[in-house]
Amino acid sequence: MDVLLPGSLAEALEMKAARPEALPISGGTDVMVELNFDRHRPEAIVDLTRVPELREHGPHDGRYFLGAGVTYARIMREMSSALALRQASRTVGSPQIRNRGTVGGNLGTASPAGDALTVLVAHDAEVVCVAAGGRDRALPWDAFLRGVKRTALAPDELILGTRWTPVRDPGSFSKVGTRNAMVISVARLCLQLDEETRGIRAFAEAVSAAASPIDDVRGSAAYRRHAVRVLAARALRWALAERRVPSGGPGGTS
Amino acid sequence: MLVRIEVNGEWREADMWPGSSLLFMLREELALPGSKNACEQGECGSCSVWLEGELVCSCLVLAAQAHEREVRTVESLSEPDGERRHPVQDASIDAGAVQCGFCTPGFVVAVTDLLARDPDPDEATVREALSGNLCRCTGYVKILDAVRMAAERMRTGA
Repeated sequence: MDVLLPGSLAEALEMKAARPEALPISGGTDVMVELNFDRHRPEAIVDLTRVPELREHGPHDGRYFLGAGVTYARIMREMSSALALRQASRTVGSPQIRNRGTVGGNLGTASPAGDALTVLVAHDAEVVCVAAGGRDRALPWDAFLRGVKRTALAPDELILGTRWTPVRDPGSFSKVGTRNAMVISVARLCLQLDEETRGIRAFAEAVSAAASPIDDVRGSAAYRRHAVRVLAARALRWALAERRVPSGGPGGTS
Repeated sequence: MLVRIEVNGEWREADMWPGSSLLFMLREELALPGSKNACEQGECGSCSVWLEGELVCSCLVLAAQAHEREVRTVESLSEPDGERRHPVQDASIDAGAVQCGFCTPGFVVAVTDLLARDPDPDEATVREALSGNLCRCTGYVKILDAVRMAAERMRTGA
């Protein structure tokens, strides 16, 4: 077995192109268990903890970019505006695990138990994959995640990170497990309101689709369906305006 | 594979199978058996060390990932002869927080890490900070007593 220790993204991608079988490792919280228990003996491992480009995060062109190598501990400390992701991060493993584990690991492992994935799905995130020469592509999350422990990542690619359009509206992450820490979830949920772009419009469409309007002298069925759509959107806006979730959301922020 | 780390202030190296964990390197190659090997999957915290100042499970760190990096183990907290101990170690003894002792080094490291960041943690903070360390003997009550005792002694300099 060879362990490759690239010091930059360009170097890591060159190594991955030359050794496509090399298994990427960052926090090691999944890969090392496989090694320790002799379940998997990769021919090569490429360590991504020395690649500074993967540790970046921040707003970029109206979206938020989260590098694959950002740990859950850093998300909790540094991403004050991403409440649901912070809450999800706090439920990952233990302090020791959160100091190492990364969102890139959740994506690469593609286990249905990946806590961060729930939040990425709720935010309709994209996954940015990159190959040698700077060739990159962004895949919607449901194109990247192909099934249980299966992804669309090509053998010569690495996960650069994930990005999504931030929303101002309240959201939260919650999880049920057999205990509070160090647990693989039994069920998880991320709720993210997005009034402007998705929430109200989707609700209004659903209400309109559920209606069974008639055609008569006072209005056509098509007009009635449209009117119900407008009423539903208006009513939800009123309700949301009157019943705000306290800022910070449920579950606290500490 | 030759791996070189600065462990407890001293540069050490070992030639190992490249898939070895940092825990294996510490215990089997560098004769630092304070970090314990129990679950090898990051569940129990017995192998807790500091890597570049961050609390980690050394069983989940590939030794090569620690190459040219700084590692601090439980051995750094006391003199080898046991004459001078860290307040967290003294409090663990005084509070009866040690039974079989296997989890103790991991707890000592995790508690020391917590108190360095938060000298006066409330109960919930302590429980969350120690959620990655398992003890099968004490039922945790005396471990929590030891944390309170150590925190108070360290704050007052007693």
